[in-house]
Amino acid sequence: MLEVKDIVFDPEGSRRILDGVTLQIPDGKLIVLTGPNGGGKTTLAKVIAGINVPTSGQIILDGEDITALDPTERARKGVAFAFQQPVRFKGISVRKLLSLAAGRELTDEELGKVLTDVGVVPEQYMDRQVDTKLSGGEIKRIEIASVLLRKAKVMIFDEPEAGIDLWSFNNLIRVFEIIRDRRDCSLIVISHQERILSIADEIIMIQNGKVGLSGNRSSIFPRLLCKNECDDCGTCVRTEV
Amino acid sequence: MSDIAEKKIDKDTEELLKIVSGFEGKFEGAFNIRSNGGCLGRKSSENIKIESKTDAPGLDIYIAPGTRGERVFIPACVTVAGVDDLVYNDFHVGEGADVVIVAGCGIHTETGEPARHNGIHRFLLAKGSRVLYEEKHIGTGAEDTKKMIDPVTECFLEEDSYLEMDTSQLGGVSSSVRNTKAQLGDRATLVIKERLLTDNDETAQTRFSVELNGVDSGVNLMSRSVARGNSHQAYQSVIIGNNKCHGHSECDAIISDNGKVDATPELYANSGDAELIHEAAIGKIAGEQIMKLRTLGLTQEEAEAAIVEGFLA
Repeated sequence: MLEVKDIVFDPEGSRRILDGVTLQIPDGKLIVLTGPNGGGKTTLAKVIAGINVPTSGQIILDGEDITALDPTERARKGVAFAFQQPVRFKGISVRKLLSLAAGRELTDEELGKVLTDVGVVPEQYMDRQVDTKLSGGEIKRIEIASVLLRKAKVMIFDEPEAGIDLWSFNNLIRVFEIIRDRRDCSLIVISHQERILSIADEIIMIQNGKVGLSGNRSSIFPRLLCKNECDDCGTCVRTEV
Repeated sequence: MSDIAEKKIDKDTEELLKIVSGFEGKFEGAFNIRSNGGCLGRKSSENIKIESKTDAPGLDIYIAPGTRGERVFIPACVTVAGVDDLVYNDFHVGEGADVVIVAGCGIHTETGEPARHNGIHRFLLAKGSRVLYEEKHIGTGAEDTKKMIDPVTECFLEEDSYLEMDTSQLGGVSSSVRNTKAQLGDRATLVIKERLLTDNDETAQTRFSVELNGVDSGVNLMSRSVARGNSHQAYQSVIIGNNKCHGHSECDAIISDNGKVDATPELYANSGDAELIHEAAIGKIAGEQIMKLRTLGLTQEEAEAAIVEGFLA
């Protein structure tokens, strides 16, 4: 169980980005964070991963306050984060990066499995470098694989669908469902994608740095799909800032 | 044949040979082991003859036309302080040959006196031949002892030949000046991959000068380096396109502590059909790279080490 308690994030020289966000993310549930761009979703994910230090508030993982822990310590406690814009490395191979993620040297078979799960042909990618020669979609898949290999209590995927083709996307959906069904970790996916929203257990809108509409999929999803974008039709949720 | 029986190899030399040329008690193929200016052993093969020069210290290595799949090892070691070793090695690569040459130099000294190895290599590649040249340089032993390695390399590539030079200097060498020159004929290709790590007060200078004389000749120079401590590196590449040709040079450097790196590219297009490119990037390790690895559970120090190890691999 991950608890986010009253998180405020006021970066120096900028407007307030998170304004008292409180969430409870139970194990075995797929939680989708959605909402308009600039609303604070990625910042919240980075606060959970320890990359951004909040101005106030607490992050509690399985009852332990991890707010003061740095990213390394949080990773070792079981927080895993897939970046929206993956980092590239000159000279580090896919094999090396994924072995670092797993905390041990992976066998070809283990690499093969995870690479297949994210929709790349293992033999063609294992020994390629994670550098600028990989396309946006390719590096995104490697990034997702780096999180799937962690022994995590919380997995956060920031817009995993970007740059992923339809075939791989279906695979990715299946992978998320498998993680959820294991029921041993909290799964948070930041997304605007209808297919991902459609498999969510709960949907949480983050808007203007606050939690907006939230609840189970069946209650929220139809409102997000309403195209009227008005405040008074009784169905839709207006997402414009 | 001029084989020289192997003499007893001391522990320091054996360790250096292992690092610079993968020596595991013996070499598979033709070899010559140079140590402190002398010869610790030599063996020619049917296709690769190694002869002492008569007019200068060093070797002539003759690789017969059509030789394929063979390796030749020419490592040099200095384990005695005060040695200033100078050697001229000429590699005569016959038409259509395809071989691997493993060179490299290690200096190990424990006393305060400086030691130096200056290897002057000439590569003469005949028509259609291919060579992969692997060279590692390292200095070990007392840190306050000057260890200098100053290689000079001249390459002459005839038509349709291919030379790939994979060189690395991964620490412990107080100062090095590397000077590499090449002249390429029609459709000849030169690829150079250089890896360089300096620390403390070490200095390293690299200068490449390549003349693309032949039609459709090409060069690709790739240098990756890390400068730590108070070390200083200077990279200079000169590519001269005298014909329809393509040249590319790339210098990537990571600096940390007070490390300094200069990169000076020079491109000369003397033909309207020459295509020449240079790329250089110098900077600290990107913070986002460290952060990504920290989110995988590595500490800051472990992340930096993994990035540098990969970068120089």
